[in-house]
Amino acid sequence: MVILAGVALFLIIQAIPAIMADWPSNSDLNEGPTAGYANFWTYVGPLIWGTLFSAAIALVIGAPIAIGIALFISHYAPRRLAGILGYLVDLLAAVPSIVFGLWGIIVIRPFLLPLSDWLNTYLGWIPLFGGQVSTTGSTILAGGVVLAVMILPIITSISREIFLQTPRLHEEAALALGATKWEMIKMAVFPYGRSGVISATLLGLGRALGETMAIALIISPAILVSVRMLTEGENSQTIAANIALNFPIATTLQREALIGTGLLLFVISLVVNMLARVIAGRAGAGAKRKRSKMMAQLPPSDPSTVLAVDDVLARKAAAGHTEGADVAEPEIDAEEADAGVSGPFVADDRPADSTEKRQGDDA
Amino acid sequence: MSATITPTPRPVAPIGNALTSGQLPRYVEWYVLGASLALSAVILLLMGFNIAGWLVLTAVIYLIALGILSSVVENRRKATDRVIRGLVTVAFLLALAPLISTLITVVSNGIGSISWDFITQTSGSVFDPDTLEVTTKVGAWQAIVGTLIITGIAALISIPIGILTAIYLVEYAQPKQWMARTVTFLVDVMTGIPSIVAGLFAFSLFSLIVGPKAFSGFSASVALSVLMIPIVVRSCEEMLRLVPGDLREASFALGVSKFSTITKIVLPTAIAGIVTGVMLAIARVIGETAPIFMAASFTDNFNANPFEGPMQTLPVMAYTGYKFPGQDIAASNASAWGAALLLVILVVILNLIARVVARVFAPKGSR
Repeated sequence: MVILAGVALFLIIQAIPAIMADWPSNSDLNEGPTAGYANFWTYVGPLIWGTLFSAAIALVIGAPIAIGIALFISHYAPRRLAGILGYLVDLLAAVPSIVFGLWGIIVIRPFLLPLSDWLNTYLGWIPLFGGQVSTTGSTILAGGVVLAVMILPIITSISREIFLQTPRLHEEAALALGATKWEMIKMAVFPYGRSGVISATLLGLGRALGETMAIALIISPAILVSVRMLTEGENSQTIAANIALNFPIATTLQREALIGTGLLLFVISLVVNMLARVIAGRAGAGAKRKRSKMMAQLPPSDPSTVLAVDDVLARKAAAGHTEGADVAEPEIDAEEADAGVSGPFVADDRPADSTEKRQGDDA
Repeated sequence: MSATITPTPRPVAPIGNALTSGQLPRYVEWYVLGASLALSAVILLLMGFNIAGWLVLTAVIYLIALGILSSVVENRRKATDRVIRGLVTVAFLLALAPLISTLITVVSNGIGSISWDFITQTSGSVFDPDTLEVTTKVGAWQAIVGTLIITGIAALISIPIGILTAIYLVEYAQPKQWMARTVTFLVDVMTGIPSIVAGLFAFSLFSLIVGPKAFSGFSASVALSVLMIPIVVRSCEEMLRLVPGDLREASFALGVSKFSTITKIVLPTAIAGIVTGVMLAIARVIGETAPIFMAASFTDNFNANPFEGPMQTLPVMAYTGYKFPGQDIAASNASAWGAALLLVILVVILNLIARVVARVFAPKGSR
């Protein structure tokens, strides 16, 4: 795939003049959007911060909801409904980002105003919510909320697939042991899908980092480092939106400076994506390690020890029953003890059975 | 005196069934939901009513009430279970809200500006020499044509490359080979390229070749195909892997060459999925604003030549109409909404085509 290398190469070629240039003395860089910066890095630093910050807001809001949706579709919704619901969420992914931007302007901004007033009044001592509250709503919080909506479908669809792949036997085993549905999900589904969910989240983060139009339309930006989410003039601009806003009015060298910032964005999202892939890849190894540990914890297959273990278990079970139910007949206990003793045979049968089933599935 | 025989008191209530006692009735969640709806409505009527606040308050009251009720009657584990079930459902409803709200907003704002004239006219100002008045025409024809041309060229570039790459990955490459692994990895990473970076790439590529002011529809197509190729590769790869190996082996066993097997057996079997994937990829890039904005810039003039001059597209029209409005701000905004609605209609049509194609071309005999 030459294209990827090509992208990087062309961006570097175009960006070098601006990165290398002497910013204060260069007349071309001394006016317009790039005026007043000592060099390239002081210009791009706040932009990087803004990009990361808005993406982080989006992730904090979006990821839990997305995982909730994925769980709902894969485990809670009625089977017939699940397909339709999944399609609806995928439709959310198909809506163009510009439409989300427009929607954010006229719906989300006014919608968030009362909330941001409330947050500022009662939680204003936290730097996040401090400062002068915006009256138009063009805040980075609004941008983050729209970004969260946009990354929902990505995280949801990947986690949903992962959750659906949880081995049916694990789930049924958990349920058979008396776990409630949530405990089953906690014990069987989450450990199985953890790495998948993490990499899905990182992919969503990558999407949020590169998103342009929603941010460019919604927030009223300033190039500075600020953690305040609710103010009018202290929203950190993001790289992508900055490019989109300044590109049409920029001169040649300014354009190259913008391309330089684009190169950094490219590098950041490349790192995030690679991280996601590596985690998704490592998942296999981690699961394998865990499985071997579990194998080691299993009782040795020496028949006498197995019998001993089962004996203990059976006695425990009997004791539990006499405590639990006052009028339990002793015969039942005996039967259960019998069943416990006959456990090894059942256990011996089962693996053979399941391997047979697996072979059947493969064929 | 006959001693009154006190009969042993008969149990008033039936003996509790160990299986069903300590459980809430089946429809308790609906009862609690109704109660919390009513309660929060009352609370908000005292404070001032709005629908969003009502729903949020209802959700909170519902979760708390159900949790308390369940932990009193049942046990803590079941209470957690019920609360989590409620939380997950709330999360899902929360996600549906933006979807519905977006669609409603776009339709209600855009429907006013869409008319036959809006679709078939080119926008611009018309000078009438008799009355000496300048009237502005609002139209989206140039944007529709531009969108279709740019997306069409992007599809022409990326569909063959994407499908051939997928065929290579599935049919020819050994899974352990370094080449196959590198290609897969790069495709994965390319999926995550920010769209604006693709636009910058196309712009800088063409400004190296053509010189400054290198705005053209074709460079926008190149930017879009950078975004589109990985999507096509991924979906085609999945589809080709779904083709049963038995089919291939049967074909080989009859002495058919590898190439014929691929074109006559594998591709026809997977064609429905491939077409669906391609349609979804087109629907995905047709709404991209940033790269087209970088590479093709924007204009109000009609331009059907993709190799020269700026070209207008629907998403860029929506963006510029809102961010850089003309003298008549209301008209600009209205045309922006019109463009957005046209775009959404286009995307939905593409999605529906993808669905229908998947139905029609589905391999016969598989179901």
